[in-house]
Amino acid sequence: MTDTTASEKTEDIEIRLLLDALYTRYHYDFRNYAMASIKRRLKQGREQLGFPTFSAMQESLLHDPAMLAHLLRYLTVHVSEMFRDPSYFKAIREKVVPHLRTYPSLKVWIAGCSRGEELYSLVILFREEGLEDRTLFYATDISQDALQEAEAGIFTMDRIPLFTENHRKSGGKSSLSDYYQAAYGRVSFDKSLRRNVVFSDHSLVTDAVFGEMNLISCRNVLIYFDRDLQDRALGLFKDSLARKGFLGLGAKESLRFSNEGAAFTDFVRDEKIYQRRGD
Amino acid sequence: MGAAVGAIVIGASAGALDALSVILPALPEGFSLPVIVVVHIPPDKRSVLAELFQAKCRVPVREAEDKEPIVGGTVYFAPPDYHLLVEADKHLSLSSDEPVLFSRPSIDVLFESAADAYGPALIAIVLTGANHDGAKGMRAVVDAGGSGIVQSPEGAFATAMPEAAIAMCPTASVLSLSAIAAYLQEV
Repeated sequence: MTDTTASEKTEDIEIRLLLDALYTRYHYDFRNYAMASIKRRLKQGREQLGFPTFSAMQESLLHDPAMLAHLLRYLTVHVSEMFRDPSYFKAIREKVVPHLRTYPSLKVWIAGCSRGEELYSLVILFREEGLEDRTLFYATDISQDALQEAEAGIFTMDRIPLFTENHRKSGGKSSLSDYYQAAYGRVSFDKSLRRNVVFSDHSLVTDAVFGEMNLISCRNVLIYFDRDLQDRALGLFKDSLARKGFLGLGAKESLRFSNEGAAFTDFVRDEKIYQRRGD
Repeated sequence: MGAAVGAIVIGASAGALDALSVILPALPEGFSLPVIVVVHIPPDKRSVLAELFQAKCRVPVREAEDKEPIVGGTVYFAPPDYHLLVEADKHLSLSSDEPVLFSRPSIDVLFESAADAYGPALIAIVLTGANHDGAKGMRAVVDAGGSGIVQSPEGAFATAMPEAAIAMCPTASVLSLSAIAAYLQEV
């Protein structure tokens, strides 16, 4: 029992050093992520990449830049679905869109866009509501791989029934199949959906404000951060939003425990949609 | 066991409601330990577990929120479609990571993270269920010096999950539901 406890402590030291190395060498900063889930992913990576210890992994990471991409794949790729939590998108459509209509031009930031599920959901929603042409979408992530996948807009066919059902429940006014073409077990979303989208490498941990957004949608990203980092990201969102701009979080995320909560009011409480105060 | 217990984690699947209805309402008022529970539930449902059990229990019952500090004497349920994890500094966090053994929330994910955070001061309980979730997690709990308790398969609605846990953790105590309920009152 003592041995087990001692070796677990060693492992925690190794993980801290590995994350330090990742930051110092490559400027990817996971040091303030919620550790329980990072640890799980790193263990998976260590097993699958065949390293006996995290120290061995660290050595390889420091000396072989090719390891970076392998490691990031374990640390960054989060699974989502199009129109995940349809009631969120319904609330955007019914409650937020009427406000957005009053602006001649709009900026929307999908922060931590991963492979693009949330991005395509919002672009389709904005097209259905006639707002797409006046909107610039910024889709950001720290992972180049994820950004490339988001930009490609290709998903496996087996996910489409769920996406279609979600879209319908979200109050979709068209058929999801209007937006993709299917071939060889995969679907490819229409490139016209990307004509107003800027894909960009951006870190909520280390990078700066993104200006004057009318809507920021950042779902199930903050849960991966510890509380300090959540505060930093929420401060970034506050400073990046126009007055009266909207912030949408994941169903189980809230401003309740955050120091930045005072800058926002509940807009649709159940859906975790907030509005920046007008100052 | 002997060592002071810091928390109890419970995993249940098919037949969970009836099994938990024996265990949770038996927790006495003023019970001092946190009880963290994963039940397999469909992702598209708003969970009513916390409300349902709050009506039956003498201790506070709630759905876990991200970054919530763990408070003794409280029962926490994992929300549908999220993994629930315990952080080293004893707060809860959620994740949207891929399902494990087709489940999100996953019992293994809760148990393994709790084993890390609590070490020997943890009791893990696997109840009825028709899959193998929880076996690996209970193994991690036992390897870290914690205690494993498994619902006796004879009385279980579904036997696969308790049987898998017993196979992976032969040192776990195998008890009936009422014996588990009685045991928790003595912890």
